[in-house]
Amino acid sequence: MNSVGEACTELKREYDQCFNRWFAEKFLKGENAGDPCVQLFKRYQLCVQKAIKEKDIPIEGLEFMGPSKGKAENSS
Amino acid sequence: MLRNQGPSTDRWGCLLGCWIQEAHKHVLTEDIVHREVTADQKLLSRRLLTKTNRMPRWAERFFPANVAHSVYILEDSIVDPKNRTMTTYTWNINHARLMVVEERCVYCVNPENSNWTEVRRDAWVSSSLFGVSRAIQEFGLARFKSNVTKSTKGFEYVLAKMQGEAPSKTLVETAKEATEKAKETALAATEKAKDLASKAATKKKQQYV
Repeated sequence: MNSVGEACTELKREYDQCFNRWFAEKFLKGENAGDPCVQLFKRYQLCVQKAIKEKDIPIEGLEFMGPSKGKAENSS
Repeated sequence: MLRNQGPSTDRWGCLLGCWIQEAHKHVLTEDIVHREVTADQKLLSRRLLTKTNRMPRWAERFFPANVAHSVYILEDSIVDPKNRTMTTYTWNINHARLMVVEERCVYCVNPENSNWTEVRRDAWVSSSLFGVSRAIQEFGLARFKSNVTKSTKGFEYVLAKMQGEAPSKTLVETAKEATEKAKETALAATEKAKDLASKAATKKKQQYV
């Protein structure tokens, strides 16, 4: 899968590989040795956040899980 | 609101494997834009997806300005490995004046049988446009239902393969069945939506006479 920033796809793939390994082999097993992918993530984020700004994609200021907090399960 | 709930036959780890690898049709790009592990060992992630804007023809006529733009979607997720639950919340952040589709999925281990995963899926479709909103909601709900059918069937196929089971149908058969069902649903909804939209347009004209 490509990144929204064309130049970031390779950085994204490197990070994804590192993350998927850590996720399956450490995180899910409850091992908290720390995240070995921090540097890769930083490089990837520098690239992708720049692309997001350039394309004017409105992701700023949106609270995590925010819109869902007001949702009751039986509303329509 | 739409709720869809039911067990799916796999273990917790396999389910998450599928979540990572799940390929979405019509997705152009996928990026993680935020990720952190909390003090209580939960993984928070935010994913940005861009998808092709697949409006039906009748909608293109009403909303020409929206035709050219891709849809941007955010998926926020919380993975809790201790309690073996995962919650995802997904919504579109553009085309919002036209229609907003929100979906929240909660995945947890079935309390009666730990080999089963339960999925509870809630969705809300809303539109703020006067007159056409019901047509849009009908369309949105039908599209959502057909996507759920397709993705659930795809999911089940992948899970069966990961467990080394021969899936009860081939992928082609599964996809074909899902597509047929989706076509029926979409056709029925299109007819209904066209009807509602033209009624709304007629009503609007009459107001300005």
